[in-house]
Amino acid sequence: MNAEHTNLKSQLKKNTKRLSIWTFAWVITVALVSFGAKFLWDFNEAISIAAIILNLITGIGLILANRRYIMDLDELQRKIFMDAMAMALGVAVVGGLAYSMMDITNVIKGDAEISIVVMMIGITYMVSIIIGNFRYK
Amino acid sequence: MKNRLKVLRAEHDMTQAQLADAANVSRQTINAIEKGKFDPSLPLAFKFSKLFKKPIEDIFQDEEE
Repeated sequence: MNAEHTNLKSQLKKNTKRLSIWTFAWVITVALVSFGAKFLWDFNEAISIAAIILNLITGIGLILANRRYIMDLDELQRKIFMDAMAMALGVAVVGGLAYSMMDITNVIKGDAEISIVVMMIGITYMVSIIIGNFRYK
Repeated sequence: MKNRLKVLRAEHDMTQAQLADAANVSRQTINAIEKGKFDPSLPLAFKFSKLFKKPIEDIFQDEEE
């Protein structure tokens, strides 16, 4: 009886650790590409391409680790995550396009930055997960 | 959907955590099902059916019935 639940818990722990490692690796490669070109290899194109390829590889690892993490959750937890992802996707499309239109119509000063959209997606995802957990508490 | 999960759990002298262990789900899931906030999938309903040795329709009933 306990063994099964321990399996669920230990699997979750294992998947969380795996996801953390891939996330950390991906963040490092993002920083490497963003700052390395200027401070480490003086915009050498070959090194930049190699760094971007490394970033994409770790990004694929991150996506697969996230997928594995969600697939191994139990059905209620998975529903909470799926609902949060649906919200995040909606906000990304609707909010991202609205933000882009603000740029086109000069409602905002300066250019629209992709980092703002990424932050918006991240915040929506986190808030949705908190609300989902609260709803099914 | 209505369910008799809480009653059956009490009859079997089980805690939510023990039932969660047996069904390989989180305690949060058991709690949400008992409160009628979440309807389980068919495989999970079959798990409860096996655990309590009752047909599914004895555990879960349509709200309109």
